[in-house]
Amino acid sequence: MRITEEQVRYVADLANLSLSPDELTRMTRDLEGILDVMDRLKDIDTTGVEPMAQVLFDAEDTAALRADVDHPERRFPIAIVLENAAVSGSGYFKVPKVIER
Amino acid sequence: MNFAQLTIPQIQQGLKAKQFSAVELATEAAKFAAAENPKTNAYITLSPDRALATARLVDEKLARGEDAGALAGVPVAVKDVIVTKGVRTTCGSKILANYIPPYDATAVERLEQAGGLIVGKANCDEFAMGSSNENSAFGPVRNPAALDRVPGGSSGGSAAVVAQGTAVVSLGSDTGGSIRQPASFCGVVGVTPTYGRVSRYGLSAYASSLDHIGPFGRTVEDAAALLGVIAGRDEWDSTSAAAPVPDYVAACRQDVRGMKIGLPKEYFAGLAAETGDIIAAAVETLKSLGVEVVDISLPATDYAVACYYIIATAEASSNLARYDGVRYTHRSEQSRTLAEMYRNSRGEGFGAECKRRIMLGTYVLSHGYYDAYYLKAQKVRALIAQDFARAFEQVDAVVTPVSPFPAWKLGEKVDDPVAMYLSDIYTITCDLAGIPGMSVPCGATPEGLPVGLQLLTKHFDESGMFRLAGAFERARA
Repeated sequence: MRITEEQVRYVADLANLSLSPDELTRMTRDLEGILDVMDRLKDIDTTGVEPMAQVLFDAEDTAALRADVDHPERRFPIAIVLENAAVSGSGYFKVPKVIER
Repeated sequence: MNFAQLTIPQIQQGLKAKQFSAVELATEAAKFAAAENPKTNAYITLSPDRALATARLVDEKLARGEDAGALAGVPVAVKDVIVTKGVRTTCGSKILANYIPPYDATAVERLEQAGGLIVGKANCDEFAMGSSNENSAFGPVRNPAALDRVPGGSSGGSAAVVAQGTAVVSLGSDTGGSIRQPASFCGVVGVTPTYGRVSRYGLSAYASSLDHIGPFGRTVEDAAALLGVIAGRDEWDSTSAAAPVPDYVAACRQDVRGMKIGLPKEYFAGLAAETGDIIAAAVETLKSLGVEVVDISLPATDYAVACYYIIATAEASSNLARYDGVRYTHRSEQSRTLAEMYRNSRGEGFGAECKRRIMLGTYVLSHGYYDAYYLKAQKVRALIAQDFARAFEQVDAVVTPVSPFPAWKLGEKVDDPVAMYLSDIYTITCDLAGIPGMSVPCGATPEGLPVGLQLLTKHFDESGMFRLAGAFERARA
């Protein structure tokens, strides 16, 4: 299994992750080693096996729905929501400009 | 009062006999934790005011002659991936270094309603990703049993505080062994309940289909008591199960004669010799209690590490997308555009292991690789679950080592992610199948490093696990 720095750069882009040149080199090496372990899965026969996305034992109990009603006691005032924001103003989260004029 | 060795029953008796008050316990706990923590770095944040506030309520209830709850006056630590209203919750990450949650996790709410005193937030691997607690942005935790060694991970702090005695019980989280492995390394009891048994509301998501909250204790009964308090349906987590919660403490006291356990041969192949000897002796102890032992096979085990690190990282890459520099995380100052801001905030805020897992998860989900990795892993996951289902037709519990070897030296595996991942081999199958599992102390190596015995039972049969663990603990005492 070969993985190139270019592929790693592409995946970092998909993941919205900046990597320094050193990190990119290290990441390429690490992913290569890890993917070698992952590739062992080719050796096990899974013909006719249904994929398991969730713990399936108890769907009736766990796949529960609740009434779509408001819970005022669980609402957060905007001031509380914005308390942890890096930058906020006028009751909004602020981000760098998206549209250039 | 020997604070470091207190148990829940001793606290209950002491409060009843008025030997001490809950406020005195909270004060002593805060003092003891502050004094002892520098040795291990097991807490990221101490919360003495919060513990004291709950303690006052407990004392008021007791003064009125009311029931103050199953955890009245019990000092509890909470892993720092579980949110606590008004108390900083970092997830062991620089990206959340200043995050003050506006709400409590359901497990936290329940343990405080039962009178538990929250002493502080336990250190852990960043976003619960790690097997040694060396991936914390707040520094590694040292193992109380051997300070130059890792406490295990990712709930290393939660295990260490209980071993060290700065909390009586604690909450951890387990996605691939993050409760059982540190419990084993630190010589305490750690329980991963059935998937859905405990609400995940307020647990920061790592891999949602595998994440669990569970308890640590110095005794089997203490861990059982904490699980009894936090378990049960919660309308804020739609995956939490409605199954009734039995009396787990009572289960610890039941006889085990006639129970049947299976030893899966795949879990004894790559074992360090000293660990193997201790596990063999533990199995003999169970036999002497009248437990029948048979050999079994769980053939898909060899593929579990690959399966786990595909599924867990795929889910993580999606879950960690929320840390974006906008709503509650660190924001990079370096950025001109929104896209740059996302990238740089995440690049600066996440540590190396987190980045590795986000990258791996994004890769296995990306176009052209989805079928070969993600879909294939989900099929292998089904085979692992089927292995256990077949085993439980034949036996009441599966018994294995928790880890192939005891706690390793700090720094030993930091530069080798593959070796670190492979060390999880015996614990990840439980999470993939969604069954309950626990680690119960079963001895120590000649160097004094603790070793844990893993007990696994079928879905929602935590009681069967506690029955075996309780009897085993009494037999060793």
